[in-house]
Amino acid sequence: MGMTMTQKILAAHAGLDSVKAGQLIRANLDMVLANDITGPVSINEFEKAGFDGVFDKSRISLVMDHFTPNKDIKSATQCKQCRTFARKFDIDNFYDVGEMGIEHALLPEKGLVAAGDAIIGADSHTCTYGALGAFSTGVGSTDLAAGIATGQAWFKIPEAYRFILTGKPQKYVSGKDVILHIIGMIGVEGALYRSMEFTGDGVANLSMDDRLCIANMAIEAGAKNGIFPVDQVTKDYMAGRVNRDYTVYEADEDAEYEKTFEIDLSKIEPTVAFPHLPENTKPISQVEDIVIDQVVIGSCTNGRIEDMAAAAEILEGKRICKGVRGIVIPATQSIYKECIKRGYIDIFIDAGCIVSTPTCGPCLGGHMGILAEGEKCVSTTNRNFVGRMGHTSSEIYLASPAVAAASAIAGKIAGPESI
Amino acid sequence: MNAKGRVHKYGDNVDTDVIIPARHLNTQDHAELASHCMEDIDAEFVNKVKTGDIMVAGNNFGCGSSREHAPVAIKASGISCVIAATFARIFYRNSINIGLPILECPEASSKIEDGDEVSIDFDTGIITNETKGETYQAMPFPDFIKEIMADGGLMNNLRK
Repeated sequence: MGMTMTQKILAAHAGLDSVKAGQLIRANLDMVLANDITGPVSINEFEKAGFDGVFDKSRISLVMDHFTPNKDIKSATQCKQCRTFARKFDIDNFYDVGEMGIEHALLPEKGLVAAGDAIIGADSHTCTYGALGAFSTGVGSTDLAAGIATGQAWFKIPEAYRFILTGKPQKYVSGKDVILHIIGMIGVEGALYRSMEFTGDGVANLSMDDRLCIANMAIEAGAKNGIFPVDQVTKDYMAGRVNRDYTVYEADEDAEYEKTFEIDLSKIEPTVAFPHLPENTKPISQVEDIVIDQVVIGSCTNGRIEDMAAAAEILEGKRICKGVRGIVIPATQSIYKECIKRGYIDIFIDAGCIVSTPTCGPCLGGHMGILAEGEKCVSTTNRNFVGRMGHTSSEIYLASPAVAAASAIAGKIAGPESI
Repeated sequence: MNAKGRVHKYGDNVDTDVIIPARHLNTQDHAELASHCMEDIDAEFVNKVKTGDIMVAGNNFGCGSSREHAPVAIKASGISCVIAATFARIFYRNSINIGLPILECPEASSKIEDGDEVSIDFDTGIITNETKGETYQAMPFPDFIKEIMADGGLMNNLRK
């Protein structure tokens, strides 16, 4: 029996010729990641266990992105704890305010993750790096503490769902619409414990930013990871970023998939997920008038340069509706600089939006855009759970940057075509 | 190892944002986390829960964020075991790693009601509903997981 792409990467990292779904393995890791929320818990566990060294200071990333620039004394204390740890063990990839960006935009941009890697991160959206053809998955802080100390983690080899993508997305349809469409189809536990393996001719019609967004939200279908094949788009993206050898894995022709889904990208409309689950999706043509109070464009899902470009194209020369607060957050410093160079920042500010330094802030209800009782927000983030962005009666509608920008102008949920 | 207590029952897709909202993630203090446990889905939980009580839920319990603060908050609030039809995978790993017993059992999940008295034998995986006089069979933990639980979590287990 052949292996899936995920199974091959895990087998190689466990030093095995082959593995089967359900098998427990211990894998060597290429990168372990934590942030300012999960890092302190990992550090406590690391110290409690009495470890006195890290497995490899060049393969640990600590990114201060969630409650930064720090919103209060407690969150400042958490960053200080990470900073002290990074200094003590001379961690190469410690990213503090000034250098930091949202972790899952930053690590691929810096070339810290590459095709064929096995990666764990104490953040559920660590599955993002599957876009590069890596195995990467989210874990908790205790697993991460063990990873920091030993460079290893145990895994159960996952079964797989195959998503054969065909066709080309229409204008204004992005990776966000593709993944919301898929989650709407299979549900928030539709791929529980499985790997989501994307394949087919349509992959070539998806940019790297589209793929990063799709893999990012694999967790919202309950998946262990999402993964894309490595093609010229991947190799071009890694060129000049990844300064080490990497391995390209391909699924065997006789790999076993528990289910196969065929998805024609040309049939997908801009898609919106209604409160309070990412699976509550509707194509934009079926969305009624919903008046909104706030729009957020950013996050590890949609804070990349193509997301900024999509928003800028729609906002250029327009004003957002009075009464709507527009918050734009480029995910990294280099994306921010590119936005300045291309004139996007002027477009956003002239349209009446604010532009923030990189932060996860509003996505998880941390700061920089908390919702009051009963308020409605169109957000390019990844979760619309009860209370996620503020008051428990507030509502989050998940959408692409193009839909979010169009909605900001309209003052209600609107498709880009309508502007 | 056994558990016995009164049930707090919840539905499907209970996510880690409602178990412990992110606005409280600026602390790692177990008691403080416990004082906000479930507050966005059941504000009364912290007042009702007694040490030893059992949480029962539907599908995909613990979905969403990887925050280990979620099982920590549940454990520190006094809950002795979470029973669900299915768990989200990161939550499942985190619970074992921090020593919060969890059992997957669709039958128990559908038949147990809020307020029922339930006892659990972790060696056999038998869940007894004392209120209704029913028993349900969950898969018992393998020995290495039992050891982690008995030691109070993975790090204590590794330190031995």
